[in-house]
Amino acid sequence: MPKFHARVLVSFRPSVLDPAGEATRSAAARLGIDGIEKLRIGKAVELQLDAPNELEARRRVEMLSDRLLANPVIEDWNMDLTPLSSSDNP
Amino acid sequence: MTIGVVVFPGSNCDRDVRWATEGKLGFPTKFLWHESRDLSGLDAIVLPGGFSYGDYLRCGAIARFAPVLQSLIDFVDKGGKVLGICNGFQVLTELGLLPGALTRNADLRFICQSVSLQVASNRTTWLSDHKRGDLLTLPIAHGEGRYQCSDDTLHKLEDHDSIALKYKNNPNGSLADIAGITNTKGNVLGLMPHPERACDQLTGGIDGQGILQALIST
Repeated sequence: MPKFHARVLVSFRPSVLDPAGEATRSAAARLGIDGIEKLRIGKAVELQLDAPNELEARRRVEMLSDRLLANPVIEDWNMDLTPLSSSDNP
Repeated sequence: MTIGVVVFPGSNCDRDVRWATEGKLGFPTKFLWHESRDLSGLDAIVLPGGFSYGDYLRCGAIARFAPVLQSLIDFVDKGGKVLGICNGFQVLTELGLLPGALTRNADLRFICQSVSLQVASNRTTWLSDHKRGDLLTLPIAHGEGRYQCSDDTLHKLEDHDSIALKYKNNPNGSLADIAGITNTKGNVLGLMPHPERACDQLTGGIDGQGILQALIST
């Protein structure tokens, strides 16, 4: 079965306040790094999965992201999916 | 009348709830392990505070898939009463039994103190012994209690009179000062404050007794 690598990035929706991001932004200023206007903290989830093809792999990671990795009330997500080695592809 | 208190790995207010419901109010109470699916013989269920499954990923996100909660959905559909306290409230929102989400406190601090709350609705049996505007003092203890929802959801909560409790002095940045909400039907209440910690004068007051009494009122 082909193997895929997926990276799902989960971030707060733009309308949701990210106090941890704000605190980090002010620490950046204290470090002497100026000009950071916006800093938002999200999560990166890396996973490897076996699936019959890329379409199916994508479908599974989408479902996982929608139902578990992100809470659509407050978060958005996007993913990168790559086949792990071309010889594994059908 | 028997009350069930769900115990997840990481729950830490389960025994406090039983102390209050059984010890102070005299209702038979039993613990329900998170892997149990059998809710027969129970008249009300409490999801207690704590850090279910370590609160990994998001508060309540993993608890949502616990076997006991799949049975809880049927229990709620049939009109059973469910009270979610603190982490229990977070679990109820993740499960979709209550709308919205609980996020990191605006000032990033874990807040542990008594707060003044206003009864925003006495529509449901949870607070029907009170008048709107009555003040209650209950303890809060959370790092992620800032209630958030879309404008649309907020309007629905208001239209259905489902905002049960509001903070008098908003401690965590919750939208519209929301401290607790009910579902439309009124049999599910989720709140961040801990009524079970306010059931004896010796521990600071008895304002929490009414909400726990309501577990067995119809």
